[in-house]
Amino acid sequence: MAATTHDVHDGHGEHHHGPAKGLGRWLFTTNHKDIGTLYLLFSLLMFLIGGSMALIIRAELFQPGLQLVDPHFFNQMTTMHALIMVFGAVMPAFVGLANWMLPMMIGAPDMALPRMNNWSFWILPFAFTMLLSTLFMPGGGPASGWTLYPPLVLQTGDAFPFVILAIHLMGISSIMGAINVIATIFNMRAPGMTLMRMPLFVWTWLITAFLLIAVMPVFAGAVTMLLTDKYFATSFFNPAGGGDPVLFQHIFWFFGHPEVYIMILPAFGVVSQIIPTFARKPLFGYHSMVYATAAIAFLSFIVWGHHMFTVGMPLTAELFFMYATMLIAVPTGVKVFNWVATMWRGAMTFETPMLFSIAFVILFTIGGFSGLMLAIAPADFQYHDTYFVVAHFHYVLVPGAVFSIMAAVYYWLPKWTGHMYNERLSRIHFWLSVIGVNILFFPQHFLGLAGMPRRVPDYALQFTEWNMVSSIGAFIYGISQLLFVYIVIQTIRAGDKATDQVWEGARGLEWTVPSPAPYHTFDTPPKISATNAHG
Amino acid sequence: MLYTRCLVRFTAIFTSGLLLLWSMAAVAESGWLQLNMPRGVTSVSREVYDLHMLILWICVAIGVVVFGVMFYSMYFHRKSRGVEPAKFHESTKVEVVWTLIPLFILVGMAIPATKTLIKMEDIGDTEMTVKITGYQWRWHYEYLGKDIGFFSSMSTPREQVYNLAEKNPDYILEVDNPLVLPVDTRIRLLTTAADVIHSWWVPELGWKRDAIPGFINDNWTLIEEPGIYRGVCAELCGRDHAYMPIVLHAVSKEEFAEWVQQQQQPSTALSAAD
Ligand SMILES: [Cu+2]
Ligand SMILES: [Cu+2]
Repeated sequence: MAATTHDVHDGHGEHHHGPAKGLGRWLFTTNHKDIGTLYLLFSLLMFLIGGSMALIIRAELFQPGLQLVDPHFFNQMTTMHALIMVFGAVMPAFVGLANWMLPMMIGAPDMALPRMNNWSFWILPFAFTMLLSTLFMPGGGPASGWTLYPPLVLQTGDAFPFVILAIHLMGISSIMGAINVIATIFNMRAPGMTLMRMPLFVWTWLITAFLLIAVMPVFAGAVTMLLTDKYFATSFFNPAGGGDPVLFQHIFWFFGHPEVYIMILPAFGVVSQIIPTFARKPLFGYHSMVYATAAIAFLSFIVWGHHMFTVGMPLTAELFFMYATMLIAVPTGVKVFNWVATMWRGAMTFETPMLFSIAFVILFTIGGFSGLMLAIAPADFQYHDTYFVVAHFHYVLVPGAVFSIMAAVYYWLPKWTGHMYNERLSRIHFWLSVIGVNILFFPQHFLGLAGMPRRVPDYALQFTEWNMVSSIGAFIYGISQLLFVYIVIQTIRAGDKATDQVWEGARGLEWTVPSPAPYHTFDTPPKISATNAHG
Repeated sequence: MLYTRCLVRFTAIFTSGLLLLWSMAAVAESGWLQLNMPRGVTSVSREVYDLHMLILWICVAIGVVVFGVMFYSMYFHRKSRGVEPAKFHESTKVEVVWTLIPLFILVGMAIPATKTLIKMEDIGDTEMTVKITGYQWRWHYEYLGKDIGFFSSMSTPREQVYNLAEKNPDYILEVDNPLVLPVDTRIRLLTTAADVIHSWWVPELGWKRDAIPGFINDNWTLIEEPGIYRGVCAELCGRDHAYMPIVLHAVSKEEFAEWVQQQQQPSTALSAAD
């Protein structure tokens, strides 16, 4: 282990005077903090672009009838919104957090593979420029939903090969990022930082990285088969040539379900860092948290059929997928109970990171409840492909994953910039977000149960009222994110000087370095004992 | 004086009462109260509804307990109340308990769910078969062995879609040729598609099933009440996915026999002619 650390030092020892000047710093950087910043800014930009698409969707759905957009363009918006939010906003945000925080949390000087790190980031702007450019191509962008089900997706126009290539690039970037995370955690931990002393954010990321390596190639395979079906006369999924359109769904969801956990496990990690800090009490059940994360990751590979109950599976397969999916509630429940037990008899304060984390626990749990309902196969025959599903996964992904990212940014921003953010403004941002998000997504449960299908630009008259409410919530939530952008810029530029410790109850290695964190941290590895391990 | 005051008060009460009645009626007629799944008109749909409500209330109960503890803690275990944080961070006993309790609750949910699922998947002996084929963007119904087959397309005029005319009450849920089925008859419904994947869904029947090209899915239903039931295509199938509704007329067996005869007449006349 010592040898590896030494090698990396030699590899980029020439940077030790500090960051380079100008654009070159960002283009050629191999510094984990710079790359983390790039990832986070990129993800913020994608969040705003994907969010504008969501607002186009909600504006069209404000009233029945077609007012603003053509149905084909509407379908492009739902597809692009999903692809951009999943692959452009949420995943890169967590990779950005990993880049910034993992080395500092395990006492490493940088990521294990710094040049690859640069490459895995710089692929992304090209991938997403290409993906977005498809909107201007003849026939428009992809309009089949992000699930890309054939045969519908094969009706995509000139955009098709560009979409596939963009997905390949995102996949390559994710796989390289995951390899880097695993290599860093396994090889670069400071002496004494045993696996069971690692902060939970490190643990959840380690497990996430394995999920990424396991499923991204599967997705790449699936989309490549689509490509050959369209251009090279294969018939993997084409029934006319003896192919099987359902095969695609099996492959897609074998990737797709773990993908959901790729977006939520790091969120669990973030919240497990923040709640102990503001409860001023160690995380309850550290070991069971680690085991629960591993259990969720394992189960994620054997539940994909719950997305396909309505395609017509044998009874035994339906029963298997139903039971396996229900089982996920157990480790997930353990996590929620552990967070509550961490708060129990603590001495809590409610700074913005804590507010977002508490909202995460409550609203993610609501998303978990609807997930449990969806797991019940006979009831899923009613829920499937309705707004109930839309409400479910948005509860898990927006007040779930996105809120945890917001919490993480407020939590670590003082460490990154050396400035405290504006607590009063950030609280306004929190309350607008939490109110907006619930006005936006809660009524969608009603809409789905009452019979509104998903991915429609128009609906029957009985759905008018709640769609209107939902759209109003969307604009409250969407516009209030501009406040977030303002707060972040303000904090980068100026603000009260942050202490090294930043938060009274904060524990862990990242709080032992100065604020802002110097360009290079832990050139000499710190000594870890049982007392200063996992926050 | 007294009289006018009385009159004023009476009018006020009367008009506010009227307003209240009117607004209640308006709410009942609008979508504000459309909050839940319909109970439907088949034994399957009622079982699904009961299952849905059972799981929903279990989730609500768990939520009340967990969030209750959380809010209690957030109120009483605040630093501003001058509390000292406790030091505990593990308890194997507690952790085993809250692993096992959810497990038991899940088993309790799985038993009725399994029963309903087995019932839904058991096609059994059916008395008639209709083959449903999804097209971009309309449905085709074929009554096997009865020589009846027709397309069913949305009949809502485009002017209403583009807000150029006032919308019908059943806006985008109306078709030219509805599917007609008899009540109290065990009917086999086959779903398939001609181009891309669709999904045939009438909520009142309690299920939806994908219509997939190259596949024929087997389903059954037994409608207990005559009526008009509306549904939609649930799987994204392209541009006009929102505009391929389903209308199902459930009629008595006698009416159905009559309808079948009517439908067969033109084709009989045709075959007699040649
Ligand atoms: Cu899933
Ligand atoms: Cu459709």
